[in-house]
Formats: sequence, structure tokens, C-alpha cells
Amino acid sequence: MTWETVIGLEVHVQLATQSKLFSGSSTRFGAAPNTQASLYDLAMPGTLPVMNEEVLRMAVSFGLAVDAEIGQRSVFDRKNYFYPDLPKGYQISQLDLPTVGRGTLKIQLEDGSEKIIAITRAHIEEDAGKSLHEDFQGMSGIDLNRAGTPLLEIVSDPDLRNAKEAVAYLKKLHSIILYLGISDGNMAQGSMRCDANVSIRKKGDTEFGTRTEIKNVNSFRFVEKAINYEVQRQIEILEDGGRIVQETRLYDSDKDETRSMRSKEVANDYRYFPEPDLLPLVIDDAFIEAVRATLPELPGARCQRFVSQYGLS
Amino acid sequence: MALDNTDVEKIAHLARLQISESDTLEVAQRISNILNMIDQMQNVDTSQVAPMAHPFDATQRLRPDVVTETNQRDQYQKIAPATQDGLYLVPKVIE
Amino acid sequence: MLSKTVAELATALAKKEVSSVELTQAYLDRIAQLNPALNAYVTTTPELALSQAAAADAQRAAGNATPFTGIPVAHKDIFCTRDVLTACGSRMLANFTSPYDACVVERLQSAGAVMLGKTNMDEFAMGSSNESSYFGAVHNPWDQDRVPGGSSGGSAAAVAADLCAIATGTDTGGSIRQPASFCGITGLKPTYGRVSRWGMIAFASSLDQAGPLSKSAEDAALMMNVIAGADARDSTCLDIPAEDFSAQLNQPLTGLRIGLPREHFSDGLSSQVQEILQLAIKTLESLGATVKTVELPNNHLSVPAYYVIAPAEASANLSRFDGARFGYRCENPVNLEDMYKRSRGEGFGDEVKRRIMVGTYALSAGYYDAYYKQAQKIRRLIKQDFDTAFKDVDLILGPTSPHTAFKLGEKNSDPVTMYLEDIYTIAVNLAGLPGISLPAGMLGGLPIGMQLVGPALSESRLLNVAHQFQLNTDWHTQRPEV
Repeated sequence: MTWETVIGLEVHVQLATQSKLFSGSSTRFGAAPNTQASLYDLAMPGTLPVMNEEVLRMAVSFGLAVDAEIGQRSVFDRKNYFYPDLPKGYQISQLDLPTVGRGTLKIQLEDGSEKIIAITRAHIEEDAGKSLHEDFQGMSGIDLNRAGTPLLEIVSDPDLRNAKEAVAYLKKLHSIILYLGISDGNMAQGSMRCDANVSIRKKGDTEFGTRTEIKNVNSFRFVEKAINYEVQRQIEILEDGGRIVQETRLYDSDKDETRSMRSKEVANDYRYFPEPDLLPLVIDDAFIEAVRATLPELPGARCQRFVSQYGLS
Repeated sequence: MALDNTDVEKIAHLARLQISESDTLEVAQRISNILNMIDQMQNVDTSQVAPMAHPFDATQRLRPDVVTETNQRDQYQKIAPATQDGLYLVPKVIE
Repeated sequence: MLSKTVAELATALAKKEVSSVELTQAYLDRIAQLNPALNAYVTTTPELALSQAAAADAQRAAGNATPFTGIPVAHKDIFCTRDVLTACGSRMLANFTSPYDACVVERLQSAGAVMLGKTNMDEFAMGSSNESSYFGAVHNPWDQDRVPGGSSGGSAAAVAADLCAIATGTDTGGSIRQPASFCGITGLKPTYGRVSRWGMIAFASSLDQAGPLSKSAEDAALMMNVIAGADARDSTCLDIPAEDFSAQLNQPLTGLRIGLPREHFSDGLSSQVQEILQLAIKTLESLGATVKTVELPNNHLSVPAYYVIAPAEASANLSRFDGARFGYRCENPVNLEDMYKRSRGEGFGDEVKRRIMVGTYALSAGYYDAYYKQAQKIRRLIKQDFDTAFKDVDLILGPTSPHTAFKLGEKNSDPVTMYLEDIYTIAVNLAGLPGISLPAGMLGGLPIGMQLVGPALSESRLLNVAHQFQLNTDWHTQRPEV
């Protein structure tokens, strides 16, 4: 039995703005708990979001760097669920009309060949706060400094076929966001987070198998190991005649295994609807061209230039 | 559209509202009445109409990327139910 | 003195017939005397008020008075007021001392107004009778066995009973206009986006608007001059130049074309109310206006569409009330889910919980298209009806409410009966247009209002027509004997 692995990656990039996405709080890392949480970040009654222009510029610059369609009319939506690190009880995100549409990323494989990975979309959304589960007399401590920090969620098509390709994609994405200066892309610190959607199917099948989502992988090396573990786990289940359960799994780097997050298995109905406190985000060609003019030369382009200028191979 | 007790429990859970068992039936009936009233909308042909999210055709204003907020933790946490070391305390999630 | 309008009080203060401190103390005394029976105020702020009044008198002495300097106002308890209880009619916020001021509050304060206190309201602005407040029902000053209307019932009762000079309110489906009608006062809901919603506790974000409840149209214009205008903190607040809403008050009405919606003047409206409206129309015609029939064919869909859109938005807006960072937290929660469910279950009243559930249902998987999306489409049809009508007329006239104030407890058996109270007002919110209710007559000793609706941003015109009507009638000068 030959199995084919199918991987899609969702990467959350924390954008390196001075202030948050919808409030004027500082985004500086490492501040004392809740010292960078404004009335809006705390979801005090009567507070309202106002959009940070730099977030839009950064999102568009990413879109241009991956040759993506730019959504010239994008809309924010509310994604509703309850969790202590989500003070409003909803996250402001983008569903049907994201700021960045379909694009492509070229990766280099180990054998030197190139592969084009399609990017489905990239959208702007608010980050959540942090829950500290250390023992505060049996309670959790919530720090909302991070709540409201701007994120760009970059979603790939399920075009990746093995862990090494996934890592190559991540590394390329990482280099782009660093070159653009839109994020410090620090996986260990959480300014770049990767979730992997992994499924397998019989080679030649056109339908996708049931996928699982692996979270909590905070280095390129762990992404590779987590995917390899998960693929092996799924193969063993299917070869034993079992079924893959669609679920979210956490990667445990100590044991080098993925574990089911049973508590999150309850299907979440996010009840998305357009954010009534924000108006549609409309950008014109002039804005896009102005952003394009500020883009640094991208790694791929520089490489090509070296090749043609200096005859390197 | 009639809701039964299971529907009510599901919605109450999504909305994190405690509804006592004894109230569930009455809540189901009252909400069903509301939904019946709302169902009057279903007979209208809106296939050629775009939804209207805002009454006017304006677009989102942008603000400059500048820090304008200062640390007001002490003042804001004066009204919090439970805090420690600057953190908001809540009961743990059961895993 | 206490039944004077803001305009009259401003003159009296300027002429030093009274000081702001004296005026404020007089209102505070009257509140102490009458509020126990009416329950219009949830919180009074006597110390703050007197210190603001003293500051206002000093400003006046220094030659820096504005029309609102030293004028005692009441704020609906939906507006955040710094360091003052802001309870929004709910147990959920019965302990919530706001850490900041709403824009509306800031602006009135900067204009020298004196805050007497926070008025009672239907819980989270959801209601048409002010009976759902955690702090008890408000009693209509005209007949204390009757409701004042809602959700701005406390503000309306306070203005009608001369417990303040003027008050702020909010209107999502009629919550300024309907209580104004029931209490015999003037109430204006501005165009959506006219007044900043910063600091105004959100019910339905795309429908909510703040506005004045006042003794006269002129007073409403004066308050609009203070509270309206661009605010960078509210993305939905229109960034348009400031306007003097009192500049056109004295324009003659010659050539004014008034539309009467066929759907409003149908068999559903009692003949007594029709008679009152016909008399009012005659008055306006005598001032130079002409009338014609207009059609609002989708008006009957406004109540169903509203009761999807408003609860849906509210269901999300109220998710922040979870016992975690402020507000009510249940006793001894055993885990997180318990804290959420019991804090919200105990903190919210029945009508709020019902609407959250309806809204949650309307947005949930499988129902979004049939309910929420369909309602937003119908919303566009309703707006289009108004746009079409306004091609032929300058404003639309009709009833504010089907009848005068009903008795306490009369409409509590079935929520839908209560919802139909808003049948004339709701479409105006869905379309985002300005609407004003002003006293048009009396029926059985109770006041009843008429509503004028205009195209977007036509408040000055509405106030002009209302003012001219009030110069030629005296319904708005009637005060209840309390």
C-alpha cells in the first residue's frame, strides 16, 4: 500500500506594529501583565475598534510579495466563542472577503528542484491574550497584553506532500516576512505560529482523507517531527482497518508524539457575521502601488539577480 | 419554527447561559413564538437584493500606528472580581 | 422654574434670575421628593452635580457661558460615566463603576452641563416599557399605573416630571421616540452615525443611536449641537463638518411636502389616534405644508427583520459580560464553564436571555442565510422604500406608537405583543434615518406623539418643522401633575 501525505499549513504571523490592530495600546513584548491592556483590549462595555493603517500596509506588502490578489474591498467578521483569553467573547477576523487572496510561494526541495505552493489566502485578525495555568489557588491567571495584537493568518492550499516540503515552505515564508520587516517571525516566542493540517490517502486517490490539525509546534524541527509522527500514526490506524478521527492534536516535543485535545473536540459553531462596528476596508490601486514601491528586493528576486549578474549557479 | 428542549439546551450552551430544567419548556415556547413571527420574512423574494450591513456607504477610516494608551492597570482592576499580581483570576477550564 | 426649557433656563441663568447651584439644588430636592414613586433615576449624583454647578456659575461669572453652562441634565444609565455607577438596567452591571466617560457625557460636561444622575432603563436597552429593569419599573408621571415607554423610560419620565431640564437617551428600535410619545415630550433619534457611540453600552451596533429627550424641539437642537459630530474613537461615526441644528428652526414651512404612509394610516391604527394626527396635519398645512400619500410597502417586514438583526448583534455584544474582568460574578464557581453560565444566567434578566438565544440561533450554522442574511436583505428593501418616498416628499409623518401608555404588566404575557409596540418606529432604525416624536395631542388624559421622519442628515429640517408646530400648538407645554 502506497500512501500519499497531504499537508496544508496555517501560519499566524504577529505583525510588528507599534500599536495594536484596533486599539492604541503598545505591542512591546515582555511588559508586566495587563499593563498594555486598554479599555478596548479589556472589552469594557461601550468600547469600539479603530483600524491601524500600518497593519493594512503590512498585509498588502505580504500579498504583493507572494503575487497574491489584493482584496480591494475586504470586510471584518466576528468569530464568536467563549474563552478567558478572548475578552469580547468574539475575535474580529476576516471570513469571506480577506485582504489578501490567492497567491503562490516557490520552495526549493532538497534535490534542488523547485515546487510552487499555492497560498489560499491571508487575512487580518486579532490575537488573543494569554492564560497562565500555574496554580493561583486553583485558578488561571489571564494576561491581556497580547489581546488585540495584529495577526496575519496565512493559509496554504493542501499542496505539501511531506514534512520536508512543509519545513521548506515555512522557512521561505519566514524569510519573506523578515525581509519585508513585517514581523520578527520568532517561532519560539510565538510571533510566528504554525498549525499543520495532515491527512493521508492512497496514492492515486483524488479525494482527501480525514485530516487532523496539529497545534503547538514552535520550531521548524518540531514541525518536521510532528508531521512525521502524525503521518505514521495515521498510516498505522488505516492499515489496521481503523478510521481517522477529525480532531485537533497537540505536539509533545518531549515524547515526540501528537496527543488528542479531547476537550476541544466539541464542534465550535463560530456564528460568523460581518463586524457592525467596522466599515468595509476599501483600498485603491494607488494605495497598492504605493506599498509596492516600498517593498525591498525579495530573496527569490535577489537570488535570480545574482545568478544573472554574476553568473552564479 | 418550533424549538424543543434539546434545541434550547444547545443554544443556551453556545451562549453560555444557565437555563434551569423547569424553565426550558417555557423558554422553548416563547422563543418559538418569536421565531414564528420572524418567519414572515421567508415568503419574500430577495434573490436580487444584496444584504445591507450599514445604512450608509462609507468605508473604514484608518488610524496612524502610534501608541496612545498608557498603563492604567490599577484603575481598571479596581472593579475586577479577582486579580493577583496584575493577572485576572478565573476558574480553571476542565480539560 | 423647573418646568422651563433649556433655552428658557439659559436665559434665566444669564439674567442671574437663578444660579446653577440654586437650580441644581431645586432639581435634587424634587428628585428626592418624587423619584421614590416614579423610579426614574437609578443613581443620583448630588455632590458631583453641585460641584459642577458651582464651576458653571464661576464660568458664567468669567464670561465663558455656553447654552448648556449650568444646565442640569440626566444621563440614561447606558452611557458610561467615570467613577459613577453605570448599570444599564441590569444585575450584570449593578456593581459596575465605569472607568471612563462616554463621548456624549464628555461633550456635555465640557459644555458646562451639570449631571444630576443616571436614569432607569429597560435592561440592556431591550424593551418598550421600562419594566425589565433590574432596578424595578419606571412609572409614567401622567398616570403612575402606566408605563413610561422604553427603553429610555427613566429619561422620558424625568423630563416629563421636571426632574431634570433635559436628558440623554438611546434609540435602537424606538427607545427614544416611543417613551417621548408616552410621556408627552420631544425625543429625537438622529441619523445613524451622527453621534458617537464611544462609551455607549452596545445593544445592536448597526442600529443604536444616542439622542435627546427634551421639553421642546429647540432644546433638542441645542443638545444636538453639543453631542453630535465626528469622533475618531467610533469607526461608524460620520466624519462630516459640524452643523448648527438650531440655525433653521425659524424657517417658514411654505412648500414643505409631507408624506403620509398608506401602511401607517390603515385600519390597524385607531380612529382616535388618526383624528389627532389629522388635526396635527391641518396645523402643518396652515403653516404652508402640503400632504400626499406615500407607500412603504415593506414596512410590515420591519419588525421581523429587526428581531433577527438586533438580537443577533446583541448576542455577540453581550458576550463580554462573563464575570471575568468586571460586572457580576456568581458565587463560588466550580470551573470556568460554571462561572460563565451562572454569572450570565443570574446576571441577565429573562428578556435579555431570550434575545441572546434568538440571536445565537439566527446566526448558528444552518440558519444564517434564512435568518440573518435574509433580514439584512429586507433591511435594504425597507431603506429603498424610504429613498423612493423621499423623491416625492421632504419628510414623512405618522404615529409614533399605536396608542397611549399602557398599564404596567399589561403586555408581559407574550414578548411578541410587546415587540409590536415598535411597529412605526423600527423601520427608521433599520434605514438609519433620523426620526423625531413630538407631542400631538391627548387621549383620555394621556399624551400621544406623532413622528416625523426625514432623509439621512435632515435633523435640522425635522427640528424646524417640530419647532414651528410647537410655536403654534401647546401640547408640548402640558405637564403632568405629579
